[in-house]
Amino acid sequence: MELSDFFTNYTLRTITLGTTVLGAICGMLGSFAVLRKQSLLGDAISHASLPGIALAFILTGVKDANLILIGALISGLIGTFWIKGIVRRTRLKSDTALGLILSLFFGFGMLLLTFIQKMPNANQAGLDKYLFGQAATLVEQDVWVMATVTGVSLIVLLLFWKELKLLLFDADYTKTLGFNTKFLDILITSFIVLAIVMGLQTVGVVLMSAMLLAPAAAARQWTNSLGTMIILASIFGAFSGVFGTAISASQDNLSTGPVIVLVAAGFVLISFVFSPSRGILFRELRFRQNRKELHLKKTLTFMYRIVKNHDDITHPHAIRILNNFQGFTKKTLTKLEEQELIKIAGNEWSMTHKGYDQASTMYNELGKSHD
Amino acid sequence: MTSIQVEIQLIAALVAMACAIPGTFLVLRKMAMISDAISHSILPGIVLGFFITQDLNSPLLILLAALTGVITVVMVEFIQKTGLVKADTAIGLVFPALFSIGVILIAKNANDVHLDIDAVLLGELAFAPFDRLEVGGTDIGPKSLWVIGTILLISISLLILFFKELKLSTFDKGLAATLGFSPMILHYGLMTVSSVTIVGAFDAVGAVLVVALVIAPAATAYLLTNDLKKMLVLACLFGVFSAIAGYWMANLLDASIAGSMTTVLGILFFLVYLFAPQQGVFSVYFRERQQRKEVSLLVFLLHLQNHSDSKERHVNHLQDHINWQKVQARTVLDLAKRNNLIQISNQIASLTPKGEEFTQEALRYITTNKETAIEELKTKFFLFRG
Repeated sequence: MELSDFFTNYTLRTITLGTTVLGAICGMLGSFAVLRKQSLLGDAISHASLPGIALAFILTGVKDANLILIGALISGLIGTFWIKGIVRRTRLKSDTALGLILSLFFGFGMLLLTFIQKMPNANQAGLDKYLFGQAATLVEQDVWVMATVTGVSLIVLLLFWKELKLLLFDADYTKTLGFNTKFLDILITSFIVLAIVMGLQTVGVVLMSAMLLAPAAAARQWTNSLGTMIILASIFGAFSGVFGTAISASQDNLSTGPVIVLVAAGFVLISFVFSPSRGILFRELRFRQNRKELHLKKTLTFMYRIVKNHDDITHPHAIRILNNFQGFTKKTLTKLEEQELIKIAGNEWSMTHKGYDQASTMYNELGKSHD
Repeated sequence: MTSIQVEIQLIAALVAMACAIPGTFLVLRKMAMISDAISHSILPGIVLGFFITQDLNSPLLILLAALTGVITVVMVEFIQKTGLVKADTAIGLVFPALFSIGVILIAKNANDVHLDIDAVLLGELAFAPFDRLEVGGTDIGPKSLWVIGTILLISISLLILFFKELKLSTFDKGLAATLGFSPMILHYGLMTVSSVTIVGAFDAVGAVLVVALVIAPAATAYLLTNDLKKMLVLACLFGVFSAIAGYWMANLLDASIAGSMTTVLGILFFLVYLFAPQQGVFSVYFRERQQRKEVSLLVFLLHLQNHSDSKERHVNHLQDHINWQKVQARTVLDLAKRNNLIQISNQIASLTPKGEEFTQEALRYITTNKETAIEELKTKFFLFRG
């Protein structure tokens, strides 16, 4: 595969466009799911849409992509609201409700699928693709549908921007201000369901939740602003789509869905490790830095306690007397000397005036905080 | 019934029981979604194990895959501990990635691996009896029957051995820790048992439907009882019932056995969800309606006690004063009359001596603010409930 194929090969271009748009919309709406602690809802919804796909086929007898999507949408919505019903009405917690609906709906869907397989007019070969997705079946019309949905959800998002933002961070306050939180909740949940249903054909029922979560979780690491997070998540999602499609197209036997998910997971991993403010790497470095500084300060205070009883503060002392003090190493001594806080001559050290002043302020402050 | 049919049902029933036992604790510990994560992420373990052993029922493969499951739990907990994302997001990030690796491994080696994607999702219960175990040349039954039987036996004996520790740490982690039972060991023990069970069941019912067998029987039982032992027994019963009923339904529809087992579980849960005596939707609805009516009654009686003025106590006045709907006002009035709490003469309501006594006591309870007392009071005074 050549790079130019992306522009000349019609099928590949359509698929790439489709996965890119899908990644973007998933990143955008996924940000809401992640911030509302509804990460696993996406998993449940995507599984819950399977019986809708099968029923749409059984009832109409035709394999029309749009009809099937509507079926998926309806059964996804039923699943979502049943989850909410279970959590509200019974003592089952949300994790149990999610797992229940996810597996029960999926099991029912599988029953229907295997039932369809045995039906006389079984041209069901196309329904299997909804399990793991088959980006290769995307046609231009699908891309248009996705683009339209993305456009509509973007407009709705902008229209209700401040309400949704408020709902995310302080639902009770939103309610007291008089906004209809129920409506907002249904609005955002419906769009999340819509995004998931759009992705079923490409990524499949089983892996769709990762498409929703991964870009948003990665974006969260780089920013604290909702707007930036949504934009970043869309970009991460779109790139996962592009790279995933490219990698899977370059080899045989690589289905697009899992590859896209792995690329998105790669984004998450990189963000977890390398994000400057929250990432594990820089946090560890900061910890080490702080620990080192603490050691320096400890050593300096210890020296101060020795020195302050002498008339001449610059009087040299043997390094040996520091030996039973923890936190003292040769390195800390050289560091202190570099900062001109002490002087070292042979086996002896002495404090400079600068070091004495600094240590005494530190010592006094320490004493104060103990009071 | 042929012997193959009996064997399939037996395997299905054992799988369902083996899943229901750890499932009960997962549901009670609010960790149900972990079973979803484990069931997906053991896939790469199973595939790798299969490359090595070439046998889906080999103990080595089961151990390898179960190890992947435990690693998943550790990874999820590591991400949770970093605090970079919320707890549930951590679960949602780990398992799709591992599952994807598994799917890709299968797809890349499709030619030389006797494992396909359908089997991953659905299991191959119908073919389980054909893989026989032979000892010294004699046939002693299907391999998967022995595998899942062993797993079930181990988890039942662990359950009996550590029942009180498990119970304690499930309901009061802090107390368990202070008494010296390490919550860590119990937690990872439970996770290991869950992983092993899910791997054992994976072969029979597939990745997603395992989750149904783990969660659904326990959740259904939880709506029916408050007793851990009863919950365990009920969960096992539901599991076995779904296995047998599911098998015959699949037979009838000529569809997947695992799919119809799940559907039976779904129907069971739905019925219990609607009709459970304490927790069901209907009984909750009726209980709430009853309580609402009884609160109205109490308000009405206190209103009567407060006002000696006959205008305030006129029956029609109720509608506009306390702002009740006509229907509600009438039912409340009826209820009060039937309980001999008020008497009505010339459309003027007044408290009977019994009503006086009731409101006095009710007032005392309301001011001292003891919630249960009001229920005792109701049973003491009311002949008819709202």
